[in-house]
Amino acid sequence: MNPRITLAIAARVLTQLRRDHRTLAIMLVLPCLLISLLWWMFEDLPGDSFDRLGPGLLAMFPFIVMFLVTSVTTLRERSGGTLERLLAMPMGKLDFLFGYAIAFGLVAAVQSAAAVALSVGLLDLTIEGPVWLLTVVAVADAVLGSALGLFVSAFAQTEFQAVQFMPALVIPQILLCGLFVPRAVLPDVLNVVSDVLPLSYAVDAMAHLTRSTTTSDVWADLAVVAAYAVAGLALGAGTLRRRSE
Amino acid sequence: MMKNAVEVAGLTVVRGRREVLHGLDFTIPAGQVTGLLGPSGCGKSTLMRTLVGVQAGVTGTVTVLGEPAGSPVLRHRIGYVTQAPSVYDDLSVAENLAFFARVLGVDRRETRQVIEAVDLVDHADQVVGRLSGGQRSRASLAVALLGSPSLLVLDEPTVGLDPVLREDLWAMFHRLADGGVAVLVSSHVMDEAERCDRLLLMRDGVFIADGTPTEIKEKAGLDRAADIEQAFLTIVRGEAA
Repeated sequence: MNPRITLAIAARVLTQLRRDHRTLAIMLVLPCLLISLLWWMFEDLPGDSFDRLGPGLLAMFPFIVMFLVTSVTTLRERSGGTLERLLAMPMGKLDFLFGYAIAFGLVAAVQSAAAVALSVGLLDLTIEGPVWLLTVVAVADAVLGSALGLFVSAFAQTEFQAVQFMPALVIPQILLCGLFVPRAVLPDVLNVVSDVLPLSYAVDAMAHLTRSTTTSDVWADLAVVAAYAVAGLALGAGTLRRRSE
Repeated sequence: MMKNAVEVAGLTVVRGRREVLHGLDFTIPAGQVTGLLGPSGCGKSTLMRTLVGVQAGVTGTVTVLGEPAGSPVLRHRIGYVTQAPSVYDDLSVAENLAFFARVLGVDRRETRQVIEAVDLVDHADQVVGRLSGGQRSRASLAVALLGSPSLLVLDEPTVGLDPVLREDLWAMFHRLADGGVAVLVSSHVMDEAERCDRLLLMRDGVFIADGTPTEIKEKAGLDRAADIEQAFLTIVRGEAA
């Protein structure tokens, strides 16, 4: 790995994103609109439903968005020949992966900062713990999404297929992460399944931050998310072959 | 200086279950423009990918600049242009070159020189996606020129280009060769044959002729005025008979 090359890739990915105004606007504005929609839905209802569901949604955005963006962009690199060209150059596989992770991690940080600021500042989401930690969880989540997206892009031949992986890999995690039914009261088998899905830990971490000022549980959840992200990157590295047919 | 940039013995490549190159032996000398000619689908790209070290399913000995093909040390020394222009459509020509220059660790000033070499100065700040097909493939060629490689592997770099520009590019290939670079250019257009110092004529994964354009015509029993396409046909029909 070479920091010069890693940063060159991160900077290049960011330049490409900057060029694409529409994607950039969607990435930054959409989470804010959706969280506002959630707040509006519960506005006339008694109880603290928004406080209960909001954090989960904040954990989900970076994961889903980065999963989609990474799987499509890396697929484009694979099919467009630029990945082959880079692999024929003195670029390490990890340079490629970390370059993408850094670029999308930064975008996720901005995206989450906007969504968190809106939720806490305007929509009165109650956060007991430190607000900055909420953003850290979101970034870890984004890197996790990137890592998985990178991995699945190896199994898709077209962008159309890559997008189809989203419902397969992401929706089960959304259903089982505790947002709809608390994880503790899920049937045993599903409870075990939810224990091995990384998004559950991200949502747990977010939920914990809304309720409590203690942070040790949050760091433990964060460590699990980070471990999954690293494992995903390692699997992604396995799918980058210098020699191909 | 090394005489042969590439030395290959018994090269066989299997893709899937199909053998696409069948036991090739050849060399590519430094300081010359070698043309790899043959119909599309005959194995030209596979051969080039093998030299660059990105082809799987390779058996035989492939030595490039004194190292086994695919060695990490070679990644600085080979310029490679794939058939489809491998540049980023959403970046400008200058941004593409600045990016690849950083990956290669090449001085940024060199990007200016290679943009001039492929005659894209007027389009340097344009996004590649808005350029014509020929301009796009020249942008891709410019990337391959970065870092003054000792071996240039160019997969159909002149397809669809304006004849004047094609002339300029061939002149550049010869200038690079005169400076000691080994240049390997593939083409399925036989009329480019005369521009090469030496030719490898390929069909169905084997070489049917290897030599200077004149030698190949002589081998086919034709005079100098004949073209390589005729020689190709004569050799193929002679083998079939």
